[in-house]
Amino acid sequence: MWLWNKIKQLAISFRAGVVTLRYPFEPRPAPEGFRGQPVWDHTKCIGCAGCASHCPARTIFLRDICQEVRILLYDSSRCTYCGRCADLCPEKAITMSDKFELATDNRQDITQSLELFMMTCQRCGRCYDLEIKNYIDRLSSLGYRYDSLEARKVIRRSTADFSPEELEKTVTYERPGRLEK
Amino acid sequence: MTIFKKLAGRAFRRSVWVYHCNSGACNGCDIEILNILTPYYDVERFGIRLVGSPRQADAILLSGAVTRPTLPLVKKAYQAVPAPKLVFAIGSCAIGGGCWYDTYNVTGGGEKAIPVHYFIPGCPPRPEAIIYGVALALGLVDKKVAPVELKQMEFPVDMYRRAKLFEVNNVIYKLLGEEEDRLEFGRK
Repeated sequence: MWLWNKIKQLAISFRAGVVTLRYPFEPRPAPEGFRGQPVWDHTKCIGCAGCASHCPARTIFLRDICQEVRILLYDSSRCTYCGRCADLCPEKAITMSDKFELATDNRQDITQSLELFMMTCQRCGRCYDLEIKNYIDRLSSLGYRYDSLEARKVIRRSTADFSPEELEKTVTYERPGRLEK
Repeated sequence: MTIFKKLAGRAFRRSVWVYHCNSGACNGCDIEILNILTPYYDVERFGIRLVGSPRQADAILLSGAVTRPTLPLVKKAYQAVPAPKLVFAIGSCAIGGGCWYDTYNVTGGGEKAIPVHYFIPGCPPRPEAIIYGVALALGLVDKKVAPVELKQMEFPVDMYRRAKLFEVNNVIYKLLGEEEDRLEFGRK
């Protein structure tokens, strides 16, 4: 009788087939929308430190080693992969990749460091990015002080956009007064 | 690393029995650890078995930021494991403390309580990630991560030199006749 039961079990298991994945020997990609390790694009990063100030686990650090160079350090060890940094990055420099095979025997293997070059603002003395896509740079091209005479020739002044018609309209414009009863 | 791998290969040639040690986790990592024992991700093909006592175990799967009440218990469990032992820290809490790394009632990761040999990051890690970590310790797969260092540009010494040359050769400063003062002021 027990033998018959075993044969029946075998038949059932054959009908079911094999469901076990051959995972470590076969790749198994993450599903759509999976948030894996965040990856920084150093060509897009402007060093605004938004990710560092909003990280819930405080795992992104910023160090200003001198006036021009700022270092962004990301230590993946206590990262919760919430995707907050990628959400609020103004330049979309951070993407959440689908990389999840991060197991290691050394903590240093899951770190990323970015060396960012920052320009010094001639007005306030703080540093900002060199590229023209930067908001502060756009501001500076609209009449902010710039001490290099070579660059000043190229820079657009605010007077370049000046139109006398607009000024006239503005000067002669009258605000609607209180309605007379 | 290679010596350690060889040692691990020699010590764990047979089945690795693991003890699941929860030190104040939110149960996310614990559910994923249970997942790897299901027929879908069957880890018994590597001989990995979950046991109820640390005395029977070869490795500890530590999950959770080690909280203050569980700290002595984690230490005791580590001491109870017989000598060639491995500790896997699973999840961001066990590795570095997660969001609670500096809270008053949390030790701040398993590394501050007991020596940790392997780190499996994730919050929680996928079951595949846990299998990958254990397989890495057993020498079945290769490590896929390495530290990343990126640079926007080299330090622009040339730019400073050019600016300096421009100032020296510019006619305006010569006409104004104050170039020497300017340069000396810049030096100071």
